[in-house]
Amino acid sequence: MITTDLAIIGAGPVGLFAIFEAGLLKMRCHLIDYLPQAGGQLSEIYPKKPIYDIPGYPSVLAQELIDNLLEQAEPFHPTYTFGERIETLEKRDERDFLLTTNLGTQIQAKVVVIAGGLGCFEPRKPEVSGLAQFENGKGINYMILDPEKYRGQRMIIAGGGDSALDWAIYLSEVCSELTLVHRSESFRGAPDSVNKVMKLAEEGKIKLFLNTNLQTVNGKDRLETVSMVNTKTHELQVVHTDHLIPLFGLSPKLGPIENFGLNIDKSAIVVNTDDYSTNIEGIYAIGDINTYKNKLKLILCGFHEAALMSHSAYKYINPGVKYTMKYTTVQGVNEF
Amino acid sequence: MTDIKINIHNPDQTLTTLEAPTDMGLSLMEFLKGNDYDILATCGGMALCATCHVSVINGFEKLSEISDDEYAMLDTLPNITETSRLSCQLKLAENMDNITVKLMGDGN
Repeated sequence: MITTDLAIIGAGPVGLFAIFEAGLLKMRCHLIDYLPQAGGQLSEIYPKKPIYDIPGYPSVLAQELIDNLLEQAEPFHPTYTFGERIETLEKRDERDFLLTTNLGTQIQAKVVVIAGGLGCFEPRKPEVSGLAQFENGKGINYMILDPEKYRGQRMIIAGGGDSALDWAIYLSEVCSELTLVHRSESFRGAPDSVNKVMKLAEEGKIKLFLNTNLQTVNGKDRLETVSMVNTKTHELQVVHTDHLIPLFGLSPKLGPIENFGLNIDKSAIVVNTDDYSTNIEGIYAIGDINTYKNKLKLILCGFHEAALMSHSAYKYINPGVKYTMKYTTVQGVNEF
Repeated sequence: MTDIKINIHNPDQTLTTLEAPTDMGLSLMEFLKGNDYDILATCGGMALCATCHVSVINGFEKLSEISDDEYAMLDTLPNITETSRLSCQLKLAENMDNITVKLMGDGN
């Protein structure tokens, strides 16, 4: 069991800045994110895009901003759970919340801060019947967390984006047989990756099926074969395999947050703008996931919300304790 | 002319026609979102997330040319059609008058 002062759901820019603001008030933070790394959509979707409306930065690359936020949070030694999603949130008493992830990790927190952006980035699934019966360890996955798991085994990757290409290149050395299936004639990914895939295909290290769509997945207790059809010739192929990984990008969903008992309006959490608290005392929502009159989905607004939330959370955790705000220019940043 | 007509093919097979301004610098994605259509537009219009995917049922040939970046993103989708576009890359202009689109993004 992990115990912390603040459990922050979402490790995007606003969740990361909340560590700093909470840290100034001597509160410890544990962050949980479904993605395998910090940064939210900035790292996952547009790491190399410049952002122009962060105060004090005429221009900053999205990933650079995340790296800076991580550095700024470092003195307060935050801890992280990546690749897991909070499934249930239970308020057992005042200042006593229990959060449980999809993999069973439990976190006990005095305050819960939801900084979940647009929700969890979940993999897009192709419309192939029967996919669900082979999920959960029976051959079909939509993310690759530990490539070593596939050593010496047969694998089919479906998709034509950069992540499909990059994983195909990497896994061609790890798997005993690597098949890459793509619906169109050519790849539009990074030219360097495309060239590598083509070279590996020529050398016979990748079995490449272009103009091909997945059709059915078959097997008894676990995945055994995948049938696919050529969109030009309509020829049917059946490939024996141990694993199928469709990689068609990610799309955000609010997910289990909907069932936490919070007031929700159009997939956003309704908050009180005095301190960005929700209808449940001790639970706050900051950043793109909240909604209020005149809400602007801007990173800079999320930063402001993180500051006000932290002061309110401090009062909730320490009832009756008087606190006077001190500036960092006076007090510095005191590591703990 | 500053207004054009945009037709939206609804899931129940009916058609909704909206008047759209061409002098406000809006993209089709921004216009549809402004009319409360359920489009996530996660990346805000950078052709990076494909959640504003539309299939252009009528008038595809009238649209601006598709960029490599837009095609590359569409190409990652499992449900791309012959006339797919990202609505964030379609700036409302007179050439789009009377096109018909079907929303294909996640959640539709």
